[in-house]
Amino acid sequence: MVFTDIVFYVLAAILLFSGIRVITTRNPVHAALFLVLSFFTAAGIWLLLEAEFLAIALILVYVGAVMVLFLFVVMMLDINLDKLREGFWEYLPMAGFIGLLMVVEMTLVLADKNLQPSQAVELPANYSNTAALGKVLYTDYLLPFELAAVVLLVAMIAAIVLTLRERKDNKSMNPSEQVKVKRNDRLRIVSMPAEVEPPAPTPVAEEKK
Amino acid sequence: MQFFADLFGSYWPEVQLVSWTLVKIVAIVLPLMVCVAYLTYFERKVIGYMQVRIGPNRVGPFGLLQPVADALKLLFKEIILPTASNKVLFFIGPILTIAPAFAAWAVIPFDATLVLANIDAGLLYILAMTSVAVYGVIIAGWASNSKYAFLGSLRSAAQIVSYEIAMGFTLVGVLMCANSLNLGKIVMGQEGGFWHWYFIPLFPLFIVYFISAVAETNRAPFDVAEGESEIVAGFHVEYSGMAFAVFFLAEYANMILVSMLAALMFLGGWLSPVPFLPDSVLWLLAKVAFLLFLFLWFRATFPRYRYDQIMRLGWKVFIPITLVWIVVVAAMMQTQWAYLFH
Repeated sequence: MVFTDIVFYVLAAILLFSGIRVITTRNPVHAALFLVLSFFTAAGIWLLLEAEFLAIALILVYVGAVMVLFLFVVMMLDINLDKLREGFWEYLPMAGFIGLLMVVEMTLVLADKNLQPSQAVELPANYSNTAALGKVLYTDYLLPFELAAVVLLVAMIAAIVLTLRERKDNKSMNPSEQVKVKRNDRLRIVSMPAEVEPPAPTPVAEEKK
Repeated sequence: MQFFADLFGSYWPEVQLVSWTLVKIVAIVLPLMVCVAYLTYFERKVIGYMQVRIGPNRVGPFGLLQPVADALKLLFKEIILPTASNKVLFFIGPILTIAPAFAAWAVIPFDATLVLANIDAGLLYILAMTSVAVYGVIIAGWASNSKYAFLGSLRSAAQIVSYEIAMGFTLVGVLMCANSLNLGKIVMGQEGGFWHWYFIPLFPLFIVYFISAVAETNRAPFDVAEGESEIVAGFHVEYSGMAFAVFFLAEYANMILVSMLAALMFLGGWLSPVPFLPDSVLWLLAKVAFLLFLFLWFRATFPRYRYDQIMRLGWKVFIPITLVWIVVVAAMMQTQWAYLFH
């Protein structure tokens, strides 16, 4: 057994364990954190395959951004754990069928002789798959790539539009207007010339009191 | 030596590699820890003088042993575990904060040859590591099961996610100029005197990067995650003793890291500003020290940002600036002035 094989099996074991925990753990926050762990170990396996760009992109995009927002939402929800468990046995046959179908599909794909991966090519040490990927994406696959970007942009704008509505009772302030405030908007300097010198109080009047 | 070689048999080269790497890691982390300890001392002194005080001056000459005294005090303090907290995640929080702060140092080059892992996607790796750091804060805030801690962690998560985008775009500008993601190559692309450093053609990106870095490290004036005056201490309000100290170590290690990155990407790293002086790691340290001083200066100067103003600055000011400047750089590179950007 080579050293990398040991690393692979350790990572694979962690990946399977955390994957199972995602669906079996009771607390949704724990489930999200186990999902983060499984992304991380998947990135480790990709690194073993010398796909360093994909591995780092997985961590950067899914762990660093998507899951943070996900966790953000899950933490704020007050989820009733018992409600979540309801109807488990009802859905089990359907879910089991879909699961079985996926297993069969995967087996068919993996068993197919034509789809077997060709022998791994020994790459030179200075080979950068980030640059190679970039070249292919922006030349051969430029159109599909741009198309995917546009689809994402449309989805983003749609999400923003859905949440955008004017509320009458909203008391929020507009910081863009606030930072434009000049001194003269808030402060008025009034010229108040000193009045006529008041006569000095006489000590006699003071004593009379 | 022969004994160990026999013991591990065919695994001996791997074992050798791993132990040699471990030695290198210690050689980076130990000086870093000392720097962190003395950065806290430096901060208290600098802010002290800026506020016309003396700062720590009781422990040792000029108070130089103050960090040691602080560390000892925190070591011997009890770590209180709140009853309603999530026991496991409560301890994973600080660990997850400090681990990425140190892990990112693996690809930092201190010199043309002095680097632990000279990988091609170094910049991406650092971006990935710093994006993971937010988990420590979120988990700590959630596991404490306390309102203030939770508020702090939510603020911090929103802030870090927002500023990471602007930070990522500034790095795009740098790698367009350097044509590489390798930090060593980025520095070598700035060779030949300070007028070749990237902070001149990429000046708006340099400013955006540094301000985003301040926000990413949760430092004043972006320290709403701590916000002593509103949510007492934010995400680490329930932590005491060493668990609390770990958060501080991570914060200062991150400050040194982002200053180091700014020095490498925009200020020429270990290159000397003028051609007749030799390049040396001392230049790098001097640049980092200057940037760290800026961090302290900001803290002593600016009042804390309001939360909605932070969001506005990140989304409506920095991201448009970086996007426009990336297009400008890309367009200029197609003209006869392309040499300005290399």
